[in-house]
Amino acid sequence: MRGPGFTSVLGLVLLVGITVLFVTGLLSYAAYNPDLSPVNDKTPDKGLLGFYLFAWPTDPHWLYRFTQGVHVTLGITLIPVLLAKLWSVVPRLFTLPPARSLAHALERISLLVLVGGALFEFVTGVLNVQLDYVFPGSFYRLHFYGAWVFFAAFLAHAVLKTPAALRNLRGLRGAPEEKNDLVSPRPAEPTVSRRGALWFVGGGSLLLFATTVGQTLGGPLRRTALLAPHGGGEPGTGPNGFQINKTAAYAGITAADRDEEAWRLVVTGRTGTVRLSRAQLLQLPLHSSALPIACVEGWSTADQWWRGVRLRDLAALVGHEEDPPDVFVESLQRHGSFRRAALRANQVADPRSLLALFVNGEPLSPDHGHPARIIVPAAPGVLNTKWVARMTFGDL
Amino acid sequence: MRPRIPVGSPFQLLLLAASFALAGYAGVRLLDDDWFGVALWFVGAALLHDLVLLPLYAALDRALLRGLGTRRERAGYVRVPAALSALLLLVWFPLISGMVESRYRSATGLPGDVFLARWLLITAVLFGGSALLLVLRSRVRRAAKQRPPAVH
Repeated sequence: MRGPGFTSVLGLVLLVGITVLFVTGLLSYAAYNPDLSPVNDKTPDKGLLGFYLFAWPTDPHWLYRFTQGVHVTLGITLIPVLLAKLWSVVPRLFTLPPARSLAHALERISLLVLVGGALFEFVTGVLNVQLDYVFPGSFYRLHFYGAWVFFAAFLAHAVLKTPAALRNLRGLRGAPEEKNDLVSPRPAEPTVSRRGALWFVGGGSLLLFATTVGQTLGGPLRRTALLAPHGGGEPGTGPNGFQINKTAAYAGITAADRDEEAWRLVVTGRTGTVRLSRAQLLQLPLHSSALPIACVEGWSTADQWWRGVRLRDLAALVGHEEDPPDVFVESLQRHGSFRRAALRANQVADPRSLLALFVNGEPLSPDHGHPARIIVPAAPGVLNTKWVARMTFGDL
Repeated sequence: MRPRIPVGSPFQLLLLAASFALAGYAGVRLLDDDWFGVALWFVGAALLHDLVLLPLYAALDRALLRGLGTRRERAGYVRVPAALSALLLLVWFPLISGMVESRYRSATGLPGDVFLARWLLITAVLFGGSALLLVLRSRVRRAAKQRPPAVH
């Protein structure tokens, strides 16, 4: 059963799957606009690894929901494939002699980077979505730099092994399987066929997929995501009863902080600073947009119906009538890594980008950012700052 | 004559050198904050998998096969639900074990104590379904044996 045929099928699945994971991961990194402002950037020493960065678009409005949903759901679904692949090549771990040549020795060192890197990426990702921050450092740094280390080894492995894997796969449909060192020299009586084993791995993937994907699709399907962190049910009922990333209590926002009499939004721009109460904001032209919340953790909500003041109208209020610039947004939050965030000019200019005061026809709840929060199409969840205190327009 | 170290394929050497250079470029950044902790996780993950997790489940599987003796062909009925249940436990261990319960509840506003019960129920369905399948298939097989061979 264990043999080059089984390994090749799993290897080719991982070749495609991990490539998609890497690309969607790089997209998520770009979605934070790390080159816009230090507050968006957890990896200021990225150097050339940020070579491809671009201004993250606002269209389609479900873009981040899609790319990050694919990233996390696919990653979880591939876990059985990765485990089976590692199982299938374990005889190679004990190959003797340890190295036949210099190239072979280097390849074996590269395999340690490959296996260590794969497990490091999967483990940090799986722990982060469960809020289990036990890894040594910031998730963004570890998962991003770890991805590049892993992908370097993955690329070399793919170039060296894909031709043989394709050859083996063609062989499966004709000639008998080549017997190499992956096949046991004294195999025990088989209890399962190769086809059966592949079904078994696929069944594991299907089970993980089925109990996870609902947290991304949302709606009634959220109930099917029985073990995913944002599956099962909603945190409440009514217009504000949809998924929350961090509650007001968790973020340290008190009722006094949010008090509508005391709270003022401080907006600064070319012509100076204005201070607006919530009542004054309600006097400005209000607009609606239907946008989702989409988290880096892979879960998202269906489109919610937000209502509030356009970001570009706020920019105009402080002297940026034409061509809205970037904006630096600060929350009432006193701690937490994204209590300050920067949005790019294209995000500010989008007519669907709001400083929201209402959601689904009711005032925002404390957990969804009352008195006011940012909502921008296609932006990662944490850039939609809640409990906004200050907005500074201008080139960052 | 001095013993010569074989070099191997030059293409492979170049490819691996390029791979190590890129891994090194990212690696120094990965190791910048807490090099020991990160190295421990990186190498530890590989060692833990290859030398603990894999031998452990392989040994459990062998013990199962030995225990079944002559009924080895029925191993799948135990193996499949057990492995699927273990897989779910492995992936969602922080939630199922309750080790992140208070942070999870305070951050998301969702109840954090539901995952153990859900995992146990899924496990019950997996084993129960497998048992049902075993009984049904044995009956069909027995019925097929008792039926006289069809005459054509």
